[in-house]
Amino acid sequence: MPFIPNTDADREAMLAAVGARSVEELFSDIPADKRFPKLGLPEGLSELEALREIEAMASRNEVASKSAWFLGAGAYNHFIPAAVPALASRGEFLSAYTPYQPEVSQGTLQAIFEYQSMAAELFGVDTVNASHYDGATALAEAVIMALNHGGSGRPRIMLPAALHPEYKDVVRTYLAAFPVEVEEYAGEPAAAGADARTACVVAAYPDFEGRVRDLSGAAEAAHAAGALFIVSADPIMLGLLKSPGSMGADIVTAEGQSLGNAMNYGGPFLGMMGATQKFVRKMPGRIVGQAADHDGRRGFVLTLSAREQHIRREKAVSNICSNQGLAMLQATVYLEALGKGGLRAVAELCWNKAHYAAGLIAEIPGFAVADGEYFKEFVVKTPVPAASIVEKLERRGVMPGLALSRYYPDRTHELLVCVTEMNTREQIELLARSLEEASV
Amino acid sequence: MSVDKNSRYRSSHEWARKDGARYLVGISDHAQEALGDIVFVELPEVGKQLKQGEAFGVIESVKAASDVYMPMSGKVVAVNDAVSGDPALVNREPYAGGWLVAIEASAPAEWDGLLDPAAYEAEAGKE
Amino acid sequence: MNLKPEPLAFELSSPGRVGVALPKRDVPAVPVPEALLRDELKLPELDELTVVRHFTRLSQKNYSIDTEFYPLGSCTMKYNPKANEAAAALPGWKGSHPLASDRCNQGSIELIWKLQESLKAIGGFEAVSLQPAAGAHGELAGVFMIRAYHLSRGDSRRVKMLIPDSAHGTNPASCTMAGLTTVTIPSDADGGVDMAALKAACDDTVAGIMITNPSTLGLFERNIEAIARIVHEAGGLVYGDGANMNALTGVLRPADVGIDVMHFNLHKTFSTPHGGGGPGVGMVGAGKALAAFLPGPIAGRKGEAYAMEVPERTIGRMKAFYGNFGVLVRAYTYIRMLGAEGLRRVAESAVLNANYLKARLEKAYPVKYPRRCMHEFVAMGNFADGVHTLDIAKRMIDYGFHPPTIYFPLIVPEALMIEPTETESKETLDGFVEAMLKIAEEARTSPELLREAPHATPVGRLDEVAAARCPVLCYRG
Repeated sequence: MPFIPNTDADREAMLAAVGARSVEELFSDIPADKRFPKLGLPEGLSELEALREIEAMASRNEVASKSAWFLGAGAYNHFIPAAVPALASRGEFLSAYTPYQPEVSQGTLQAIFEYQSMAAELFGVDTVNASHYDGATALAEAVIMALNHGGSGRPRIMLPAALHPEYKDVVRTYLAAFPVEVEEYAGEPAAAGADARTACVVAAYPDFEGRVRDLSGAAEAAHAAGALFIVSADPIMLGLLKSPGSMGADIVTAEGQSLGNAMNYGGPFLGMMGATQKFVRKMPGRIVGQAADHDGRRGFVLTLSAREQHIRREKAVSNICSNQGLAMLQATVYLEALGKGGLRAVAELCWNKAHYAAGLIAEIPGFAVADGEYFKEFVVKTPVPAASIVEKLERRGVMPGLALSRYYPDRTHELLVCVTEMNTREQIELLARSLEEASV
Repeated sequence: MSVDKNSRYRSSHEWARKDGARYLVGISDHAQEALGDIVFVELPEVGKQLKQGEAFGVIESVKAASDVYMPMSGKVVAVNDAVSGDPALVNREPYAGGWLVAIEASAPAEWDGLLDPAAYEAEAGKE
Repeated sequence: MNLKPEPLAFELSSPGRVGVALPKRDVPAVPVPEALLRDELKLPELDELTVVRHFTRLSQKNYSIDTEFYPLGSCTMKYNPKANEAAAALPGWKGSHPLASDRCNQGSIELIWKLQESLKAIGGFEAVSLQPAAGAHGELAGVFMIRAYHLSRGDSRRVKMLIPDSAHGTNPASCTMAGLTTVTIPSDADGGVDMAALKAACDDTVAGIMITNPSTLGLFERNIEAIARIVHEAGGLVYGDGANMNALTGVLRPADVGIDVMHFNLHKTFSTPHGGGGPGVGMVGAGKALAAFLPGPIAGRKGEAYAMEVPERTIGRMKAFYGNFGVLVRAYTYIRMLGAEGLRRVAESAVLNANYLKARLEKAYPVKYPRRCMHEFVAMGNFADGVHTLDIAKRMIDYGFHPPTIYFPLIVPEALMIEPTETESKETLDGFVEAMLKIAEEARTSPELLREAPHATPVGRLDEVAAARCPVLCYRG
C-alpha cells in the first residue's frame, strides 16, 4: 500500500523483535467477540479512481466563478492571489504540528506572530490570539470572557438584533449551561441599554444586513454601566474604515475567511479574536510571543499557556486546543502580499462597486435599498418574494444574493446583496437587469 | 526547603504571619520551588472579603498554574504591587518581599488552628 | 533547516511597494464619509517575490512530516497523502457557497453524506455530525449532548462527569464549559481505570464518563465493557474520546463496547494535515440514545437528492455553516482510497510499529506500564543523573527527529510519549532507535551535550520565562 511501507518480510522481522506470532495477537486485549468486524465500506480505490470519483462530485456544485455572484452573508467571494495557496500549501507548513518544540517550529511561530501583529493593527487592539474555529465561535468565546470578567452579578448579554443568525445560534449553544440572559437590541449600540447586570454589549460592524453603525459612544455607554464592549467585525472593511479598538472596543472578533481563504462550502474559516492589554491573560486560544535564546537570538514561542486546558484543565479559560493554523497562514500571506495599499484598494473597490450596484437597483421600479451606511452588502426590498428571484436567477448564471426568508420566514420580500472586487461593472449591470426581469 | 518560624501554614502551602494590626499572607518556599519560575501573579482587589480556604488569587509559572487559598478569613487591606511587577520576587523571597496580600483578620483565632512550622515542614516533606 | 535569521515582514517593508495588482475601478467613485474613515494602517509593504522568499524561508525553519520522522505521541503524525490535497483543491469545492441552495451544492452535500456513512460504519454509530471543527470542539458537542439528554428526561441532578486521571486536559475543560463538575478517577497499577474508584463515584448525580481508549498511555482499556455497564446502570452515559482511534480502525467499532457518543479527530486518524495547529475536524458520532441530539445541520439523502437537515432534538450549531469542509474532502479521499481492508491494515501497522519501537527501546528507556501497547507507548526519560526528558527531547532534534510528546500524560513522571504511526518504514524506525540508544548513552557519558541541545537549529532553547513575564505579542516598530 502506498501509505504503509512495511512489507511482509519487515512485518515478520518486527513481530520477532516484539515476541508475537501474529499481528492479530497484538490486539488480544480487545474483546474477542467484537474484534475485526466487517465494516461494510466500499472497496478501496487507486488514487486515479478516487480522484475521478471525487472530481465528478465536485463538478455537481454550482460555483461562484461560473456566475455573476452576489451572495455573501458571512461567506465572501474575494480574490485570492496565487501566492497565497502556493506558499501556504508547502509541506513544511501543511504537515507540521502545533509548534510545541520552538527550535524546530520557528516558521509556524513567526508566521503566527506576524499574523497577530497585523490583525492587532487592523482591529486597533493590543493583542490578537492565534485564531479560533470561525467568526461565530470567536464571538461566543468573547462573550464567555465577558461573563467571566463580570462575575455572577452580570448575567445579561446584549446582542444586536441584526447579528448573523448563525452566530446567534452558536452563542446560544455555547451558553446553554450558563445561567445567563441573552437579549437582543435594535438600533445603535450606544443605546443598547446596558445596566449594572450586563456583562457585555456586542456590536456587529457591519451587521448581518450590511449596515455600518456608528460605534462612537457605544463603548462609553457600555463602560459607564460596567459592561464590556465587544465588536464582531469584517476585516476587509477595516482596511478602509475606523478600527473597533479606536472606538473603545475591549474585545474584537471577526470572520477572517475573506482574507485569502476560499468560500469552500463554509470551511475551514478563520475565527479572529483580539483584546486590549487588560484582557491578555484572560483570552482563550494559543498566543505566540517573542523570546530570546542564550545567545540573544530572537525567536518565538507559545506563551501565556497557563490559561490553557493542557495546564489548567477544568479551570482553563476555554477548552480550545487547536487553532485554524492553515487558514490563519493564508490570511497572513494575503495581508503581506496586499499590504497597506492593497487591502485599502480591495476595500475601496468593494465600497464603490456596492454603492454603484445599490444605485442601479434603487432605480428599478418596485425595488428599494434600505437606508443607512453600508460597506459591501445591503438589503434590497423586492416587489416579488426574494426567494423566487433567487430561484429563477441562480439557474441563469446570476446568484443575486440571499433571500432573508431563509432565516426570517416573515421577511419574504428582502434580498441581501453582496458586491466585492470580484464583480465587474458588466456583472453589476447584469444583476440589475436580471432583478428587473425576474420581478415581472 | 525553608520555613519561616514566625508564620503558620495551610497544607495547601500558604502562610500567614502577624504584622502589626494585620496579617500578611504568602506562599511557602516549598510551593515556589514546586511551581518553578513564577511569571505572573493575580491578586484580589483591596476591600474584598474572603473566607478561610477560599481562593484569592492565581500564581502562574510557564508549566503550571496554581490557585492560592486564604489561610484565614478576613478583608484584604493591601496587595503587594511589587510582586505584580516582579513575580520572581515570590521565588526569591517567599516569606519577605514576596508576600501576596495583607488582611484584616475577621477571626484571628483561626491562626492558632494552622500548621506550625514543624508540622508544616513534616507534611510538605512527604510530597 | 534554514538557519539564517529571517526578518519580520515589517522589517522587510518599504513604503510604496505592493505585492498584488488589482483591477482598476470601473464604476464611479463614491466618497467615504470622513467620520467613518480610518487614518492609518500600519501593514507591511512588500513586492511579491519578497513575500514568496519570506514564507519559503520560514517554511524551512519547520520540522514537518514531509521532511522528518515526527513521533509525537497522541497526535498521530502520519503521512498526509498528496491525493487528499489534490481532491481538496478542486475548483468545484473552492467556489461552493454554504448559503446557496442545496440544489447548487449537491456535490458538497453528497460528499458530506458519504463521509458520514463511512464514519458511521467505522464507529458503529447510528448517526454522525461533521460540524465540530476540532477534537475539543467535538468533545464539547458530546458533553452538551449528554447534558441535553438528561435534561430532556427531566433529570437535572446529573452534574458530575467522571474523568480518568490520564485524560487530555480538554476533557475537564469541556465539562466546565458545559456546566458540569468533574471527578477524577485514578488509574490502577496496570494503567487502566481503577474499578473500585469508578464504582464508588457512580451515583444518581453522574452524567457520564469520558474515556479515551486506547488511553493516553497507549493501552487498551480492557475493562471497557464493564465500565460502560457500571456507568449505564447508574444512569450515566459513556463519552468516547477518539483521539487514539488510529489503533482501532477496522479492529473495533467503539459503539460495540458501549460508547454512546464519541468524537474522531479526522486530522489524526484520517490523515488530514495538521497545518501547524489546525484546522481539524472533531466528528461526533452517536448511538441510538443520543443521535437526535447531534449538532447540525447534517447531510441527508432523499431519493437521488441530498439535503442539509437539522437533527430532531439538536443541541444547536457548534459553528456557522457545516464544518471544516475542506478537511472533510481530504478525509473522504483517504477513506475512499483505503477501503475497509486498508483501514484495518492502518491500525495493524500502527500498532506493530509502536510495539516494535517499544521492544527495542524499553531497556534503555523504562516504560511504566510494560504491557503490550497499542499505537503508542509512554517511556520515561529520567534514567541518568541530571538529565531530564526535556534534554533528551532536545537532543533528538540534533539527530534529525521531531521529539515525542513530553511530560504528558501527567501521571507518568518525565513522560516521553512515542507514536510512530503506520506510515513509517522499518528503516526509519531503526534509524530512530539507533539515535535514541546513542542519546541514552550520551545521557550518562556527556550529559552537557543533551542539556545544551539542540545545536543546529535556527535558535537555541528560548527563554520562555522571560517571554511570559513581559509578553511581547506584536511587532512594535
